[in-house]
Amino acid sequence: MKSAVIVFPGSNCDRDIAVTLTKVTGHKPEMVWHRDATLPDDLDLVAVPGGFSYGDYLRSGAMAANSPIISDLKKRADEGVFVLGICNGFQILTECGLLPGALLRNRDLKYVCRDVTLSVEQTDSVFTGKYKQGEVVRIPVGHHDGNYLADDDTLQQLEDDGRVAFRYCNDNGAASDEANPNGSARNIAGVFNEKRTVLGMMPHPERLADTRLGGCDGIPMFESLLDRLS
Amino acid sequence: MAKATVHVTLKTGVLDPQGKAIQHALETLGFSGIESVRQGKFIELDLAEADKAKAQTAVEGMCEKLLANTVIETYRVEVSD
Repeated sequence: MKSAVIVFPGSNCDRDIAVTLTKVTGHKPEMVWHRDATLPDDLDLVAVPGGFSYGDYLRSGAMAANSPIISDLKKRADEGVFVLGICNGFQILTECGLLPGALLRNRDLKYVCRDVTLSVEQTDSVFTGKYKQGEVVRIPVGHHDGNYLADDDTLQQLEDDGRVAFRYCNDNGAASDEANPNGSARNIAGVFNEKRTVLGMMPHPERLADTRLGGCDGIPMFESLLDRLS
Repeated sequence: MAKATVHVTLKTGVLDPQGKAIQHALETLGFSGIESVRQGKFIELDLAEADKAKAQTAVEGMCEKLLANTVIETYRVEVSD
């Protein structure tokens, strides 16, 4: 499995994702600076990490979405290379058009930094195959702009196509308003593109993939990738 | 040389929690009769282009590509000399 992590000025989860990819898959990703023109050859996966690229100037992810590396990222995504965007990475993927919708300021205007519970909504993907359908997992979030929104037609299309990957839920798996940390439409925490080859999500599976860090619910995502991409 | 001003606001129907917070703060200060507050961005550009129509088209292109996220925002461009 050959992967790359794109590093922007202001990325701060680039090493977290690299550590987790290395630990779980046994393969060390290549770190790629955002000003590079091309990604490495023969990639299976590109990770777009969390952080605050360009200080969130203009809109979260707006500047990074126009970085030189993004045109090659789009090209690779078109060719079927898998792309995982976490937190700021999710914002960047919506801004550059690889995923639908947008991430708005959190409903209560507060930066939310805590563990949340998610229900796994779609296991038929290279990212989520090792989870169980409807499984409730605990994954941390840390964001100010995580309020997912798309127009009603797009939201319905996402539901109809099974492209909602994760939803914020309570301990019983119910997508209640109280369990929604940021006001996201339909409690959506992560979505796929049409082919389910691109996943964007606000929660950080790479931060909870080691018992020493308090939990392992992020591990199945990386095991799924290893299983399908080896 | 033309000067362009761009207003970017959230689309009608998109919840603007910052606008709501501002409205609440104004009401706390005793200002009454505020029906709604919408917060947005204001961007000023000085352009080498002298032709106003061309400047307008150019700045609209900038809005579509970067200055606004048209999934959630609308924009208004005004060009002056």
